[in-house]
Amino acid sequence: MEYLIGIQGPDYVLVAADNVAASSIIQMKHDYDKMFKLSDKILLLCVGEAGDTVQFAEYIQKNVQLYKMRNGYELSPSAAANFTRKNLADYLRSRTPYHVNLLLAGHDDADGPGLFYMDYLASLAKAPFAAHGYGAFLTLSILDRYYRPDLTRDEAVDLLKKCVEELNRRFILNLPSFNVRLIDKDGIHDMEKISIGTK
Amino acid sequence: MALQDLCNFGDMFQEPGYLEESPIQFGFPFASSESVPLPFPMGHGTTTLAFLFQGGVLAAADTRSSCSGLVACPAAQKILPIHSHLVGTTSGTSADCALWKRILSRELRLYQLRHGRRLSTGGAAKLLSHMLHPFKGTELCVAATLCGWDGGELDDGCRDDHKGSEADDSERRDTTETPKADVETTAGAPGEKVSLSKTQSSSCTKRQCSRRKISFSGPGLFYVCSDGTRLEGKLFSVGSGSPYAYSILDQGVRWGLTVEEATSIAREAVYRATHRDAYSGNFVDIYHVTPNGWTRRTREDLKEEYYREKERVKTRGKQRETSREKKSKHRGVFWRDKLASSEQILN
Repeated sequence: MEYLIGIQGPDYVLVAADNVAASSIIQMKHDYDKMFKLSDKILLLCVGEAGDTVQFAEYIQKNVQLYKMRNGYELSPSAAANFTRKNLADYLRSRTPYHVNLLLAGHDDADGPGLFYMDYLASLAKAPFAAHGYGAFLTLSILDRYYRPDLTRDEAVDLLKKCVEELNRRFILNLPSFNVRLIDKDGIHDMEKISIGTK
Repeated sequence: MALQDLCNFGDMFQEPGYLEESPIQFGFPFASSESVPLPFPMGHGTTTLAFLFQGGVLAAADTRSSCSGLVACPAAQKILPIHSHLVGTTSGTSADCALWKRILSRELRLYQLRHGRRLSTGGAAKLLSHMLHPFKGTELCVAATLCGWDGGELDDGCRDDHKGSEADDSERRDTTETPKADVETTAGAPGEKVSLSKTQSSSCTKRQCSRRKISFSGPGLFYVCSDGTRLEGKLFSVGSGSPYAYSILDQGVRWGLTVEEATSIAREAVYRATHRDAYSGNFVDIYHVTPNGWTRRTREDLKEEYYREKERVKTRGKQRETSREKKSKHRGVFWRDKLASSEQILN
């Protein structure tokens, strides 16, 4: 139903998420934002079960901000990803596991850009590109085929548009528009939304 | 409401300790068994809707309370006022909804006494969502839309943070224009940053926070569900009749509606939904929330609406008959020539 995608470049990470908030067969919102800002240079993209997504993502968000208040410096993307995974793992075998799939994207001054893939079973993998949702089945091979570690920003956006085009052609559900953001050493930048018909 | 059907409560009636047989002999075990599977998870047995427009927030709902295919109450109240400027539509289990609305009223009143201001609609929605979270996975079922008008009389601590931000611009404008401007900011039009920061902070007690709280006075509409969903929007419809209502509302709801137009489209949407949905019906309630509080329209019987529409269709049919007769006199000539030319083509 929902779709997340992330592409890491040499000095940036490009992420996109669809904008639909659905409830059984009805689209309740067409402009829903699935990205949560953990800090100035870290974004958490979160999809999954209805209430769990917002609860878990806001919990992680507030804890990352609390760390900054207590210690005076921010968590790095890698540290934030490991913290998130630990929380998922702790709740996994409790009575209330969180059924959420996440992408964490961030830029570290020391380590550079990073994209982390996490799923509801608390697995964590640092990957050059990743996707969540049924749409991932259709788009991962496009990413495999065209991805290079030295993609420029425009090439990455084109690759993203290729993936969206494929979804609009073959995916059974209607995902009309996508939020796109780019993270680099200067922070998080909002890019132009991709909708059906964008060239 | 129809939840009992979904949860297959049919067998519960087999074992009452103090009754040998259930006094209600509707053939319960047979009536409630589902021989045909539902096409998708059916919403709760009701039709409620709410939307924003330039005149405030309009909320409408039917009044049928159903239980296992039986109408338990034809005149229930599905829109419950929470305080003078906040109204909530309810869907799901009526008992749960009534209880949680009262709990919400109590908590909002306590907040108002402690902090000296009313909690915004978004804050009330968040409060309700967090109160319902521990019950996730149980059979508690509440799907509500909170419709309110936010006051905007904040404590001064926050105002200083906003000099030069987008929110401040909207506050400086005229009160008549504020709702439009504020709804635009919440829709994220000036950029995603606005919507991002809205999801983050709900109180502005810490000055060091790098985020800005968007404080405004204007209408607010939030959908809260016991499964944890909490959505902000301009138009929501909840319940088993909601697909029918959505299709009517999507055709006509715009920001610039007058109060009469908005009322009439809300009435029509509920009427069409009650016509098609078995679990909705009887009367329609309409509440309108403005800066001065909520007002309620007299409850209307939709049965009358059905007969009125039949009359309208009949009179329209008669009008079409008479105009057709007039046209056919001219048409006779037209058709004669057309037949002649087609015969030529065939030959």
